[in-house]
Amino acid sequence: MEFLRPRSLAEAVETAHRYPEAVPIAGGTDVMVDMNFGRRRPPALLDLTRVPELAGWETADGLLRVGAGVTYATLITELGGLLPGLAMASRTVGSPQIRNRGTLGGNLGSASPAGDTLPVLLASGAVVETASAWGSRQIPAADFCTGVKQNVLRPGELIAAVLLRPAPGPQQFCKVGTRNAMVIAVASFAVELDPARRRVGTGIGSAAPTPRRAPAAEEFLAGVLAGRGLWERPAELANAELDSADLDRFGELAAAAAAPISDVRGTAAYRTHALAVMARRALRWAWHDYIHGYGG
Amino acid sequence: MRVSCTVNGERLAADDVWAGESLLYVLRERLGLPGSKNACEQGECGSCTVVMDGVTVCACLVAAGQAQDRDIQTVEGLAATGAIEGAVLEGPGQGAGLHPVQQAFVEAGAVQCGFCTPGLIVQAASLLRDVPEPSDAEIREALAGNLCRCTGYEKILDAVRLAAARQAGQARRPGRDAGQGPR
Amino acid sequence: MTSPPVSPPAAPPREVLPRGAPAGGVIGVSARRPDGVAKATGEFAYSSDLWMDGMLWGVTLRSPYPYARVRSVDIGPALATPGVHAVLTHQDVPGANRYGLEFADQPVLAEDVVRYQGEPVAVVAADHPEIARRAAARIAIGYDVLAPVTSARAAMADGAPRLHPGGNVVRHLKLRTGDPAARADLVITGEYQVGMQDQAFLGPESGLAVPGEDGGVDLFVATQWLHADQRQICQALALPPERVRLTLAGVGGAFGGREDLSMHVHACLLARHTGRPVKMVYSREESFFGHVHRHPAAMRYEHGVNADGRLAFVRAEVLFDGGAYASSTAAVVGNGGTMGFGPYVVPNAAMDCYGVYTNNPPCGAMRGFGAVQTGFACESQMDRCAAALGLDPVEFRVRNAMSEGSRVPTGQIIDSPAPVAELLRTVRDMPLPPDPGNAPDLRELPGGVANTTHGEGVRRGVGYAAGYKNVGFSEGFDDYATARVRLEIAGGEPLVTVHTAAAEVGQGLVTVETQIARTELGCERVIVHPKNTGVGSGGSSSASRQTYVTGGAIKAACSRVRERVLALAQQRLGRIGAGLRLDGGMVVSAAGDPLISLAEVLRGEGIEETVEWRHRPTFPVDPETGQGFAHVQYAFAAHRAVVDVDTELGLVKVVALDCAQDVGKAINPQAVEGQIHGGSAQGLGLALMEEVQVTEGRIRNPSFTDYLIPTILDMPPMRLAVLEYPDPHAPYGLRGVGEPPTISSTPAIVAAIRAATGRPLTRIPVRPQDIADL
Repeated sequence: MEFLRPRSLAEAVETAHRYPEAVPIAGGTDVMVDMNFGRRRPPALLDLTRVPELAGWETADGLLRVGAGVTYATLITELGGLLPGLAMASRTVGSPQIRNRGTLGGNLGSASPAGDTLPVLLASGAVVETASAWGSRQIPAADFCTGVKQNVLRPGELIAAVLLRPAPGPQQFCKVGTRNAMVIAVASFAVELDPARRRVGTGIGSAAPTPRRAPAAEEFLAGVLAGRGLWERPAELANAELDSADLDRFGELAAAAAAPISDVRGTAAYRTHALAVMARRALRWAWHDYIHGYGG
Repeated sequence: MRVSCTVNGERLAADDVWAGESLLYVLRERLGLPGSKNACEQGECGSCTVVMDGVTVCACLVAAGQAQDRDIQTVEGLAATGAIEGAVLEGPGQGAGLHPVQQAFVEAGAVQCGFCTPGLIVQAASLLRDVPEPSDAEIREALAGNLCRCTGYEKILDAVRLAAARQAGQARRPGRDAGQGPR
Repeated sequence: MTSPPVSPPAAPPREVLPRGAPAGGVIGVSARRPDGVAKATGEFAYSSDLWMDGMLWGVTLRSPYPYARVRSVDIGPALATPGVHAVLTHQDVPGANRYGLEFADQPVLAEDVVRYQGEPVAVVAADHPEIARRAAARIAIGYDVLAPVTSARAAMADGAPRLHPGGNVVRHLKLRTGDPAARADLVITGEYQVGMQDQAFLGPESGLAVPGEDGGVDLFVATQWLHADQRQICQALALPPERVRLTLAGVGGAFGGREDLSMHVHACLLARHTGRPVKMVYSREESFFGHVHRHPAAMRYEHGVNADGRLAFVRAEVLFDGGAYASSTAAVVGNGGTMGFGPYVVPNAAMDCYGVYTNNPPCGAMRGFGAVQTGFACESQMDRCAAALGLDPVEFRVRNAMSEGSRVPTGQIIDSPAPVAELLRTVRDMPLPPDPGNAPDLRELPGGVANTTHGEGVRRGVGYAAGYKNVGFSEGFDDYATARVRLEIAGGEPLVTVHTAAAEVGQGLVTVETQIARTELGCERVIVHPKNTGVGSGGSSSASRQTYVTGGAIKAACSRVRERVLALAQQRLGRIGAGLRLDGGMVVSAAGDPLISLAEVLRGEGIEETVEWRHRPTFPVDPETGQGFAHVQYAFAAHRAVVDVDTELGLVKVVALDCAQDVGKAINPQAVEGQIHGGSAQGLGLALMEEVQVTEGRIRNPSFTDYLIPTILDMPPMRLAVLEYPDPHAPYGLRGVGEPPTISSTPAIVAAIRAATGRPLTRIPVRPQDIADL
């Protein structure tokens, strides 16, 4: 087995092209588990931790460009203000030690349906930017995962960055686990309110072969808010609660968008139920933040 | 391949390292530093916690090659970094020059089988370096990645509080800085 | 935070911040562990840290099937792999290819059948563990897969395949006492299930076998009982004990999971075959297959109560799924059955407790040993009885509580204090934690930072439970421990060496050993000799028995040393003195005046005594009635749990888990607390999150990713009350400490969840879907 250590993105791309079977490794929190247990024996490991272009984040034209190598710890400490949903999700990942190493790019690359950041990326309409010998492409996060632990990356193609707007409005993220730390999501839910574009974003995790949005729930809520004229936010809105019937309906529609299975972590029926509860609560909190002027 | 890095302040190298080995394996089996432990080798227990370039990581999840030229601190090197002057345990040769977190763990009864102890001590020392007076909630969240099967964590919390209190007391003691002033 | 111990004599209140235990003194005062500094610096050598020049790595090939015939084995490709030094199968076992704690029913390496997923079939030794693993994968085994027997009921049914020659029932304990036709005003019937818990000790199974020049072998291994291991290894290797020398390597926890052999014979076989030292270390995944688990249980209980709040009868049927091999199933049945009515006076009792073979993972000893499972059922029943009678759950228990002089269902009379009522009242009277405020920190809520609730749906509940556990080996087992104590002068000062084979597994036995020696011989310097088979057996580090039995042996050996020293002292002094004692390295008068130093008494000679010590005997129980003096000691505890439950999502936060326990005499108070905390944590795990999930004989979650043990964010603060009512039959009046907290912690938590949610919850671990009623 070879150990490849490119020193720049160009070199990384070139190396990946030459060794299409090499497994990229950054934080190692997924790859090394497979290595330690003998489940994976690739011909080479492609170490991305010395590629400076992947390690940082920047703002350009109002868009955030977060390098694939940015760790969960950095998402929490440096991007918590601009990307509160992502920071919330990052805080639920693993442990402090895991958060110091695990990366946003890794969460995408592993393409687990339980990836904690993925519902947030879907809810905020994030775009994945890749790099390869034949160029770069941009893939909406919602289209990035194609199946359990499968994504659209071609051999030799690397994740370079994630592009997304700073939170345009309140964001919330919830994750159900049977323990208070270091737990794979039984089900998770992300929601984002975008008043400027009158858009609701959602993301469901661990309840389908891939993370997915709940378009019917999004349209329903957007319709309710538009119909009641609630996208504007004058002072009178401080008392504009959402009807519990609307909250419930939003939860039902979110749960209906999922296709959960029963496995060691939970049953399909429980996951469906948990999604409805989380969606309802997350929306209530996001709405509360909105009418009291927090977020975005 | 050859992997060389700085471990506990010393430049060390290991030869014939297989690319699939973890930093944990290199430390334990090649560099003669078995203090970091191998309870799960999948990042779920924290017993392999080391400091790498200033932050705590699970050494079992660091590929050996990724450690090249990095600065690594293990439990074996902890005492040298933060021993309190004059804080010596009673008894001949017992604990002279331990890091305050190590000392507190021993005194507070936070060590039973001890397998989790090195990882917990490294993680707790790192916490106290960054947050000298943590609340209980902060201690718990910082140590959430370190499993212990023996203690139920109560005396581990006692130990971290004790170490924090002692470090705070040391920081306030007059004459601590170089160039002692009048007392 | 701990509250002051409540016991006579009154102990000083604990400070808010522990000032730390002193280096080491006499019994009754907290002492620092002698191995603590080495463990804190990473210098302490665990069995997985051992290393020797020229050593090879051993790896085990295991059956992927729960039940199959082994048709063919081809080791050729494996043997031909460069770097491989040996590939061994059952044909390479020189002695008996059978071992076992109670019945020798388990092959060292499988022959023509495999009975559980993970059963060892072959072993490989190579230069690097990766080479060994790859070579093992090249061994070609032809299996004829059979349909596994996957439940205890199925195994007991007519026509079930016989998994072992003697049939599928390992043991049936039958207990009948009182009037079988006793009636009651109210009968409460319930069925309860306990899932398979794992010991999940952190230190993996591991050890180093070194071939000896005499054709024997030296094994450095983490274990709970060196001599039981030695006995079985000798049988497998066809070697006498002098040639199979075991030394205890550092143990990373045990909790019952190291009572059976794991890599012991395998490593010895490889070492003797290759002529090289061989190290074997299991991965965490392999560990789940490499040791026994707690018996899953299906239980049916009938509690008859009268309107005056007294129990009239308890009838029970308990089924333990013992898995593929017997391990200590027979003793678990004995314990779970005889202890299966709770710490209450039950005048009419009937129990049928079965331990059964299946093709599920083998089960055996885990802290609590059968009494955990029946304790859950009993305590659940007690709450239902109380509710049916309109009585407070504590009051109902108090009304029926055992005390000194009570008759237990095996006919024994409790002949030492049994403060069940006081323990219950003590936890009841402890202050409750404050209610969560209006805007609680996320970390205080169920779900924590995973942000599933900001308080919505959260209800608080409080629950109680009491439990008891037998201490020591029971039913007539000839249990003993050996201690060699040597007193000499070294560097001009007295030095005591204590040598036992009793395994230190983390519980703090080594500290107790030094405390007892200091107390009995009045010397400060005590060292603990490495534990090995060079001294007689110390018995098992299990059944909460070591401080009692090995402590008793050390006390007795010290006693003899002291007698000889005092006799010598009187010779030296040229006079007889009454009431002479040893104190501070001197022989002192009864009034405490120093008379002569130990150096002057010993004059360069050492005094050494070896004692094999037994407690008073126990006896087997009658096979038809379950009556007999089966247990040498009982130990009692009670818990109160406070939980906050997100009733919609079924997530639980344990807010407080308080315990009162009677330990007779706390030899090392700090360590006693540590045992209570740790046992309570394992109880919380069983209540809420720990289960080895088995389907069709296969383990679905053999990793710490999905076998969840409590983290520091899951454990609450625990307030303790340590009572000390001495047992007059035990050394210093002490009682075993390690297991009682595992009996009452789990049911207290489940009772609290029931109080918060109204759900019946008859199965542990409780899962979110059980609470959310899906």
